Amino acid sequence: MISMTLLYYIAALLFFAVAFFSFNDKRYSSALFWCSYGLIFLLGDLMPPALVGGLVVLMAFVAGFGGVKGGNYQTLALQQRLDSVKRLGNKLFIPALMIPGLTVFSALVLVHIQGDGWSLLDAKNATLSALGLAAFFAVLAALYLTKERPQQALKESSRLIEAIGWAFLLPQLLATLGLLFNQAGVGETVSQLTSLYLNLNHPLLAVACYALGMALFTVIMGNAFAAFPVITAGIGIPLLVLQHGGDPAIMAAIGMFCGYCGTLLTPMAANFNIVPAALLELPDKNAVIKAQAPTALLLLGVNIALMYLLMF
Amino acid sequence: MIDFSLWPLLGIAVVMLGFLLKFNPVLVVTVAAFATGMVVKMPVLTWLESLGTAFLKTRSLPLILLLPLAVVGLLERHGLREKAQSWIQQIKAATTGRLLLVYLALRESSAAAGLTSLGGHPQMVRPLLSPMAEAAFEQKHQSLPDKIKYQIRAMSAATDNIGLFFGEDIFVAFGAIILMHTFLRESGIETEPLHIALWGIPTAIAAFLIHGTRLVRFDAYLARQLQQQLTREQRHD
Repeated sequence: MISMTLLYYIAALLFFAVAFFSFNDKRYSSALFWCSYGLIFLLGDLMPPALVGGLVVLMAFVAGFGGVKGGNYQTLALQQRLDSVKRLGNKLFIPALMIPGLTVFSALVLVHIQGDGWSLLDAKNATLSALGLAAFFAVLAALYLTKERPQQALKESSRLIEAIGWAFLLPQLLATLGLLFNQAGVGETVSQLTSLYLNLNHPLLAVACYALGMALFTVIMGNAFAAFPVITAGIGIPLLVLQHGGDPAIMAAIGMFCGYCGTLLTPMAANFNIVPAALLELPDKNAVIKAQAPTALLLLGVNIALMYLLMF
Repeated sequence: MIDFSLWPLLGIAVVMLGFLLKFNPVLVVTVAAFATGMVVKMPVLTWLESLGTAFLKTRSLPLILLLPLAVVGLLERHGLREKAQSWIQQIKAATTGRLLLVYLALRESSAAAGLTSLGGHPQMVRPLLSPMAEAAFEQKHQSLPDKIKYQIRAMSAATDNIGLFFGEDIFVAFGAIILMHTFLRESGIETEPLHIALWGIPTAIAAFLIHGTRLVRFDAYLARQLQQQLTREQRHD
């Protein structure tokens, strides 16, 4: 019922709403950007892939040259907001907490509702379809509580989407780049390159090399899952497991965490680092990375020590 | 010594250079994608096709950010941030650092139990966590300069990320565990998924201790920042 296709249509609706409001606001380049995004979500499966690619390039150029500008949305005056707070009290928290609460409930319980050939949630994407269901009921609750019209919900989501702006496109574009890197054989090249320098006889050096390799390659790719196969095949298995006889389960567990330390340090992991900075309206887009850096670097050191002590 | 082509790495070079020179990231990534395509001698039409196909494949990525926004926006319009702030100000013992420490503990332990959707930037950090963390500081110091507000917001987002990353990876049914297990099996090495999950626990604890210590010291750090700013302003007067 709540299939990915349905969620894509909802996303298309939200993007078209942004396009509508920015068009009315005479910000035509923004409207073009959000309209293209909406089209890809609505009709992407029917378009020839080259056309989708063309739209992506168009969006990237509009965004890259500063064509996606923030909007002016009317918010309520502070006094009106405080009146609302007085009227609604703690009930204001209900729709906000419905999102995580219902998502977990749906993903654990409602996912089992199914019959012949249909199911309430998409089992392969249980969390996302659960989130969709939860967000739908939370919107209803919020509209009921605040007595706003449904158009206002579209306006509010557009306000927040425009606050995020071009950063919205970045996670998907980076994932796309990752897939292109795979096609071009970037992983193989890196793994060949690392195997050139593998005369590390001391296990501590080998461990440090694997840990730093995981972190560094994750910084480059923006994703520890992309780094793990490359670095583990290039350094981990030949060196740590075969040459020094380390425990592969420990290597994998801590090695992946070294990758996560890299994720905390890189703008390439846009959905964790750059998008939240935009969402929280921070002037410095790298502010979240800077806040994470001390934790990430200390933890990377601890990981090297743990791997060395536990593996052999 | 090198008997293979290094050209496939051109895209990586473009990305690193682009980020260092602070070009718009969207533009950098697009140029890197184009350079990567050229290196493997892809015709432009084929390149557009693989770009389009890959983009369609990754369409689920923005959903997690997109779906909660309407609710968050509606509630913000009606004062959710203000409500969250007055709620936290009733709790006398609450400080920015302590609040974030409690959140780190909740986020990491719920993620370790597989409940990763209990937090997140759009649905938790923006509407609830960061307004509360800001209000706790303001309550105590009667002042909240922008510079400190931004640091508190960044630390709120960082705490959500760190709790999530180092919690979810010790949940045995998490995708990463399956990925590691499958990859090692394909390479001819047998492991138990449960072992991989369990050996993640020492790092998960270390992550909590390191970031938790930073959060405990965060209050004093912010107070010093505020003091410095006030002294600077006095000197200007």
